[in-house]
Amino acid sequence: MRIGDWCVVTTGIVLVVVLFQQLWSHEGATRVQIRLGDTIYGTYSLNQQRDIQVDGAIGPATVSIMNGKARFSKSPCHNQYCVHQGWLSRSGQAALCLPNQLSLELIGEAKHYDSLNY
Amino acid sequence: MFIQTSIEDHRIAKLAALAIALHMLEAVIPSPLPGVKPGIANIVTLYVLYKYDFASAAWVSILRVFASSLLLGQFLSPTFILSLAGALLSLGVLWLGMHLPKKHFGPVSLSILAAFAHIAGQLMIVRLWLIPHASVAYLVPIFAMAALFFGLINGIIAHKLLYNETSIIDTSPRSQQH
Repeated sequence: MRIGDWCVVTTGIVLVVVLFQQLWSHEGATRVQIRLGDTIYGTYSLNQQRDIQVDGAIGPATVSIMNGKARFSKSPCHNQYCVHQGWLSRSGQAALCLPNQLSLELIGEAKHYDSLNY
Repeated sequence: MFIQTSIEDHRIAKLAALAIALHMLEAVIPSPLPGVKPGIANIVTLYVLYKYDFASAAWVSILRVFASSLLLGQFLSPTFILSLAGALLSLGVLWLGMHLPKKHFGPVSLSILAAFAHIAGQLMIVRLWLIPHASVAYLVPIFAMAALFFGLINGIIAHKLLYNETSIIDTSPRSQQH
């Protein structure tokens, strides 16, 4: 290995580390926004542990908040995709329940770029 | 009709066959993430670039991409396009890298640069065509790490092949007289 080779290897390592830092720095979320149909049902802090009952289009669903994470813990929909999605903790993550017309979206300090509506 | 072939053609065919064999070998190895592969066939490209010239290396690389995809049944599939994009971009970078001062930069440098170019080409195709979504960015660090790691190893192997007295790849005209 010559000097230039070592330079390339070092540059490569730096590049990889910078890429990891830039692209994998998941911003933690601070709030969860619950939407019902086309209206915002409410926005809740993720700091408080609580269960929120929401009456959706087909029945009551439960949204749980614990340790800075949020999830659907109970839903009247038949496929239960929203419940199986599990805990959400990063800014920009979302869980939807189409039959019940409910959705959760986690919000951080800065809103992430969203390709669906920007 | 008879096509005249030169010794250079035979040499390119032989080296391309070797690259294809390595590519086949690699296709059998399972990968945790599609696309993260050692790219051992690139050792041959690098070897040819140093031993002969850029044109031969380009021939070997492109022949390898086409022939391997035909053998694996991937011709004109997204896999083939990805492979071709990676090969073309890394050839471009190799061409630029050739002009680096030989005193300081050896095959290891070129191997790493070519590996980065390879994944850059592939990720561009993925981002623009296959998965046009910003989340592809999450994969970039993993691919970059793999490129650095395998680029380094391939470069070291190429270096060993080139600068050892007894070459493992026999390309002398003598052995072509079967």
